Amino acid sequence: MNGARVEFRGLRRRFGSTVALDGLDLTVEPGELIALLGPSGCGKTTALRCLAGFEQPDEGEVLVDGADITRVPANRRDAGMVFQSYSLFPNLNARDNVGFGLRVRKAPAAKRHARAQELLELVGLPSVGDRYPHQLSGGQQQRVALARALALEPRVLLLDEPLSALDAKVRVTLREEIRRLQLSLGITTIFVTHDQEEALSMADRVAVLREGRLEQVADPATLYDRPATPFVAEFVGAMNHLPGLVSGDRVTVLGQTLPVEGPSPDAARVDVLVRPEAVLVTPDGEGDGIVMVSSFRGSTARLRVRLGDGNEVLADVPGHDSARFAPGTAVRVGLVERPVLVSARPEAGAAAAVPEPDVV
Amino acid sequence: MRDSRTRSKGRWAAAPLLVFAVIVFGVPMLVLLGGTFTKEGTLSTANLTESLQGAYLTALVGSVKISALVAVLGGVLGTFLAQAVVTSRFRALREAVLTASGVLANFGGVPLAFAWIATLGNSGVVTTTLGLGQHGWNLYNFWGLTLVYLYFSIPLQVLTVVPALDGLRPQWREAAQNNGASTWQFWRYVGIPVLTPALLGGVVLLFGGAFSAYATAQAMVGSTVPLVTLKIADALTGNVLIGHENVALALSLDMIVVAGLVMAVYLPLQRRSARWLR
Ligand SMILES: Nc1ncnc2c1ncn2[C@@H]1O[C@H](COP(=O)(O)OP(=O)(O)OP(=O)(O)O)[C@@H](O)[C@H]1O
Ligand SMILES: [Mg+2]
Repeated sequence: MNGARVEFRGLRRRFGSTVALDGLDLTVEPGELIALLGPSGCGKTTALRCLAGFEQPDEGEVLVDGADITRVPANRRDAGMVFQSYSLFPNLNARDNVGFGLRVRKAPAAKRHARAQELLELVGLPSVGDRYPHQLSGGQQQRVALARALALEPRVLLLDEPLSALDAKVRVTLREEIRRLQLSLGITTIFVTHDQEEALSMADRVAVLREGRLEQVADPATLYDRPATPFVAEFVGAMNHLPGLVSGDRVTVLGQTLPVEGPSPDAARVDVLVRPEAVLVTPDGEGDGIVMVSSFRGSTARLRVRLGDGNEVLADVPGHDSARFAPGTAVRVGLVERPVLVSARPEAGAAAAVPEPDVV
Repeated sequence: MRDSRTRSKGRWAAAPLLVFAVIVFGVPMLVLLGGTFTKEGTLSTANLTESLQGAYLTALVGSVKISALVAVLGGVLGTFLAQAVVTSRFRALREAVLTASGVLANFGGVPLAFAWIATLGNSGVVTTTLGLGQHGWNLYNFWGLTLVYLYFSIPLQVLTVVPALDGLRPQWREAAQNNGASTWQFWRYVGIPVLTPALLGGVVLLFGGAFSAYATAQAMVGSTVPLVTLKIADALTGNVLIGHENVALALSLDMIVVAGLVMAVYLPLQRRSARWLR
């Protein structure tokens, strides 16, 4: 089984006055797992449904391996889809659900059952063949749905938030398994999610959508370290905006002078974009920062620190250190020595918008 | 300890209700059985034998025929109407049809008969306007009665099937398409099997409604269409022969047996079709 190349070209779709897709252009390479990430309502599902054939774009086309499939009916397309939840046929047991596509194709029962069993084993459920969907847990149901989507050996696999109805632990194991399976089958996969951690941890590349358009597509590390736009920077991970002064290819921020990443801006006054984990805090009675809020998240704790100049900054510290950073603690704040991104400073007022600590 | 006490208390709490139910449902049944098997003060099966002969048998068969026809026709037409309403994009249409169904499903008896007589009877508005009489139109026969019974049966089927149709998730249809199924194949393998328990339930309700209907038929066709309910009324009121009350009871027993037979077919089918629910 080999993955196909998928291209969205200038895809437009409106529902009444809502524009769901506004000229989406995106190419997915064969065998790649791409995550579509973006806020609710940005058109992720609509894009996927245009590819599956459940939705017709008003303009633009969808190409699979160079062939325009925009007008091909959904039941003739070579793409397996896993839905968000409750998509298993309730009247069929797991085996018949997986074998449904073969039944439609009039494959003999013996062949159908053998193939279904093989796929159930592939998704780690060798012994649930006789169970009906309501006798399966949410995670098991999604595995069966995955097996069903793979049964006809499609060249594209579409997943629309398949894990969002599951609890955190199952979500993590299942996403690892989906990735493992996808790699071993080499199937081109489009994974819709609004969970950035999911996107970053699974995907070869992440496509960030905003209001029906592609904002940036890049591998997870690039997306995180060098977001192309402030929207991406805000959406993927938390980001501090600190006032800085540029001179040449260096910028002075919080009393430190750091190299500027990428081209230097024209303006002297800039926003320096710094991830919370690149902010160093140390308890220090003489420091000019005060911890306002500390939210513990297991391996790390995220602090919101108010600086002497009134600005606030988010900083991550190791979870086991969180006790040393109780609210009210005076701290010294510095930045990790490495190149930083800067952006032109927005007009006064909008500047000090620091994300809430519990918004990741 | 405490647990078991509350549980046994719970068990006794239902007792008065059960006793009440046994009395209310059981006593008439005993009277019915007693009357059926009594002729001129002695134990006898003569009433039962009589109820299964001649005009009585014709009436019983007639009732079964019209009820089965109404159940099947009403079931099919009601289901299509329900599907049309459920897939309609106009919410107002849906609300209107559901409200109308709620009203019409309970529209029966003499008012229903008069509504039809005034419309399609021999001198009904539509009959005279369109001159249907010259074309041999007659409402007062088996088919006319079937038509009138459908008038409350189709809405009843709509009411029973709409919730089931609403329960068909769009993902199922899309998942079926995604696996290469045509629309027909979706219905064949998923849609209809999922709906079957509700459809069967509806059809049985329609059968029962038509089987036990009386006032409409009485007002419309009198005795031109033989129906068991009409015969029971005749026997009870002594219209035909004095002293036939116990034959009426025997006919009632026949009806109960027919209803029992319907259930004997329905329940296993229902159980089979709803296997995936348990
Ligand atoms: N069938 C439809 N009818 C009307 N509007 C629709 C329809 N489908 C989508 N929309 C609208 O199009 C926009 C994009 O929807 P879409 O489902 O693609 O978003 P999404 O990115 O998948 O969001 P979410 O993360 O919430 O699932 C939304 O504003 C939505 O309300
Ligand atoms: Mg969506």
